[in-house]
Parts: sequence; C-alpha cells; structure tokens
Amino acid sequence: MDRFFHSVTLDRDKCMGCTNCIKRCPTEAIRVRNGKARIISERCIDCGECIRVCPHHAKKARSDELSMIDNFEYKIALPAPTLYGQFNNLDDIDIVLTGLKDLGFDEVFEVSRSAELISEATRKLMQEGNLKKPVISSACPAVVRLIRVRFPDLCSHVLQLNSPMEMAARIAKQEAMKKTGLPRGKIGAFFITPCPAKVTAIKMPISCKKSEVDGAIAISDIFTKLTAKMEERKTTELLSHSGIIGVGWASSGGEASALLNDKYLAADGIDNVIRVLEELEDEKIRELDFVELNACSGGCVGGVLCVENAYVAKARLQRLRRYLPVSQNHLDGKIPNMMEWQKNLLFTPVLKLSDDMNEALRMMSEIDRICDELPGLDCGSCGAPTCRALAEDIVRGHAKKNQCIFIMREEIKNVAAALSSIGGSFSHSDKGGKDI
Amino acid sequence: MINILSLDYVVPGDDFTRAGEASSDVKRKLKQIGYEPDAIRRVAIAMYEGEINMVIHAGGGLVHVEIDPERVKMVLSDHGPGIRDVEMAMREGYSTAPDRVRALGFGAGMGLPNMKKYTDSMKIDTEIGKGTTLYMTVLAKSITIG
Repeated sequence: MDRFFHSVTLDRDKCMGCTNCIKRCPTEAIRVRNGKARIISERCIDCGECIRVCPHHAKKARSDELSMIDNFEYKIALPAPTLYGQFNNLDDIDIVLTGLKDLGFDEVFEVSRSAELISEATRKLMQEGNLKKPVISSACPAVVRLIRVRFPDLCSHVLQLNSPMEMAARIAKQEAMKKTGLPRGKIGAFFITPCPAKVTAIKMPISCKKSEVDGAIAISDIFTKLTAKMEERKTTELLSHSGIIGVGWASSGGEASALLNDKYLAADGIDNVIRVLEELEDEKIRELDFVELNACSGGCVGGVLCVENAYVAKARLQRLRRYLPVSQNHLDGKIPNMMEWQKNLLFTPVLKLSDDMNEALRMMSEIDRICDELPGLDCGSCGAPTCRALAEDIVRGHAKKNQCIFIMREEIKNVAAALSSIGGSFSHSDKGGKDI
Repeated sequence: MINILSLDYVVPGDDFTRAGEASSDVKRKLKQIGYEPDAIRRVAIAMYEGEINMVIHAGGGLVHVEIDPERVKMVLSDHGPGIRDVEMAMREGYSTAPDRVRALGFGAGMGLPNMKKYTDSMKIDTEIGKGTTLYMTVLAKSITIG
C-alpha cells in the first residue's frame, strides 16, 4: 500500500509511452515501462510539470467534486486569490465571492485574508531576529516537499508558519462554530485550488497532523458554473475584505514584497527554484533575508488547474489590487499558536542509495562504471530520463542494461556476427555433401 | 436644510499595512448613501492617493471629509517634511518613494497628478519642515471627465 498520497495520477489508456514527462520531471520520478509511464511515489513532489507537458492528456490532477460540499451542513468556500484573475472584465472581487455563494456555499472566507495575517506574523518573526537567514517561504507545497527530499541543509530555513489556505480554514471554522453553534465536524471548508500540490497538502500535510481543509475543488472544475452565476447576478454582497498584500500572494513576488524589506528574492518555475536552492545550499547567496519560491511559472497564477494564462491573470490582479488598502487584516497582538507548525521539517532521504554507507559507496562506483558503458545520449528510449538514471535503476535492481536501445543493438550485432560465423563454418563443410 | 456628513480619520504613520483604510471606509459609506457612482470613484482614487502619500512620505496625518448632496470636500493634513518642489511633484512619473513600497505597486509617480485629474479643485499648502495640507473637492455632478 502506498505510504504516499499523490494528487498527480496517470490515465493508462491515454498514455502513449512517449518520453515527454520523464524528461521534464524535476525529481526524475517517472519511468516508462512496458509502454506506459509510471510515477515513483517516493520521488514525486506533486509539482504538476508532467500534467503540464503531457501531449496526450494522460496525466491528471486529482481533486474533489463540487458536490462533495453537500456532505456538510455548513459549507465554507476558501477561494485562492488566483481565482480573481481568471475572469475577463472583472472590476469587483465581490462579484466572484457572491457567485461562489450562489453555487451553494453558505459562506466565503478569502484565503487572501489569512495571507495578510501570515505576512504580518512573518514580519514580526523576522524583526525578532531568531530565524535562520535567508528564510524560505513554505506556502508552495511542491517546494517544501522538494526541499524535504533533496536539500537537507535548507530544511531549517523553511518558515514554519501554516499556509494561508490552512489558516483560512481554521479561522473560518472557528467563526462559523460561534455563529451557527454547529460542531466542527458538520462544518466543511473547501479550498478553490489552482494546483494539485495543494490537494496533497490537504490529504498528507507536513505542517500538522490533520488539515482543517475538507476538500480541494479545482478552479478549472468550477469555472464555467461560477461564470454563469456571476453573469446572472445583478447585485452583489459586500464580502471582500482583502488588501494589496493578500491579493498579491497569487503572483510571484507577492509574498516577499509584503515583508516591506528590500533583501528578498522571488523565483518561479521549478527549474529556477532548483537552481536557487542549489545556490543557497552552496552558500552562494548570503545577503538575503527572505527567499520566495513558487514551483509554477508566474506563481500560483501559473498553477495547472487554472484556466487563464498566468501572465494575463497576473496583469488582471495588478489592476484589481490598485486602490485597495495595503492590508485589511491585522493580528491582534502576538502570533496565535494555530499559525505555527506542529513539528519541524525533517529531511527524508528517499533518494539515498543505502542506509549502509559502505554499500552506498559500492553502489555509487557501480553506477559510475555502468554509466560509462552507456551511450550518454539521454534519449529516454529505455524509459529512464537520463543514462545516469538508468545506471542507478540497474544498480538498484529495477532495470536491465539491455533496456538501453544502443546496448541492445550492440548485443544483436554481436549475436548476428556469431551466427554468421557459425553459419559460415557450416557452408564450408557442406561443399561436397549430398541432398537427402 | 442641507445635511452634511462629517468624517474624521487618523492615518497612522508607523504601520504601512494600514494605509488605504480611511479612503476605503469613505468609499464604503458613499456607496451606502447611494452617492453618484462616478463621484464615488473619483473621491476614492483621490483620497487613496493622498492617504498613501501621507503614510509613505509624511509619517501619517489627519483626514477630514465633508459630504453634502452637491460635493465631497477632503482636507488631508500632516506634519511631515513638506514637499520640496511642488512643480516636480506634480509631474507624472516623478517619485521619491522608497524601494520597499515600489514592489507593492507604489512609487509610479502618479499620485499628485492623479489627484489633480480626478478632483474638481485641489489646493496644496506646504512648508518645509512644518508639513503639508491638501484641500480637494469632488462635485457630485461634474463636467470634468476623470
């Protein structure tokens, strides 16, 4: 049974066994075997790159159906601010929020509101000066999982405050319990999500034992229904209570600029994120206080469950933010306990060759040796993303050397040569023979 | 008898994240009153720009708003450093805002020019080392196009 939940899945019927996804996966978590792609659970970080790049739409993101909200008596929608950038000609966020209520939610609590509280808490913590610099943001679940498996030294730099999504659920449920008198179990909070990584963050959270979010509904799933409701509406309720900072979290740079501090870096796109993390690991970046990292290009607006182009959405949000107060949500004194992680981020060495150092050294030499014998083309025909990955698979016992097409060709050539030389010796001795 | 709604706000100078709340409140109240939508938009923008300026440059200040059926009057006063060169400040694109607020979208240098554009009358009283007071009026039904 899988110890790991992943929101990225494969539709085997649509998979053609092409090599697009294996080449793009940032943790080399995919292999093609018997003509179908297979995701290696331990290595997958749910970044969604394979979903983005699959030309046959075989890679899918798992999320919840809207109808799931009916399992609860009181339903709260937690829209990611990314949602606001998906609509053309929108000049009032309340239209979106009222539309969500029309879809069946009893209440809407904007995730941008809790984002502003997190920004304030972060500013406080950074001022207190006890955090390891540079502080790395923890809002992107794919990035946190990437750091956890690949960058042990950086685990202690990750900001251990809950994500805006998690905080929004907690605050909204608390308020709802007070308002309705219902027990927690009857209140459902649903994140309207731009990406599959957030689904994983709900089902298998790192920061806490159990997430307060009950489900994640993809933006792409409700977009049509929501637009219809928004167009029907003539009036709106005054529901929005977010500022520039909260809405800004949807775009790359939004979280970092909210710290009102010049010494930050914001990177987006998984390749860039990895590059920055490697430089941080090598201590090549010293003068920064905060590093914001987003697995998707553009930030959350680039999430694979969005319907609009990331940069178009970014521009729309820029317009929507204009003339909003800087922040509409403020902490009441010190940082509340429910904002902090319940346990530290621990390095999980799933990429390790062996627990026994001796054995690991032996395996590494083997990998190097086999790698030298492979053609070095990284063509992907063997089903592994690189020759080196195939070498590692061979040493781990998951693959055979003649999976490599070029090695296979050599072997066939050798077998053909052997056969023909044997054949040659037969015809030589048959010269004087009679037909029987 | 004409009714006048009088509103007063203290704009804090020590917390940038509170910038924009006063103008947001005025906008909300104007909407509730059912004021002319176009006038609401112009008041909201003009007052917002003035409020942000007060926080970024002057360490906060006071805002006094008077609303009557014909016009909205705004007085924004601070005890900041004063505007050194008013003519330069009125130029589009000229800004003395610090970098840390530029990342949030401020500092484009359109504040004062916008305020002039959206209001029907604007007067600046400034003294170096003493402070600045801005007087702005937006008419409910205006001929100028904002």
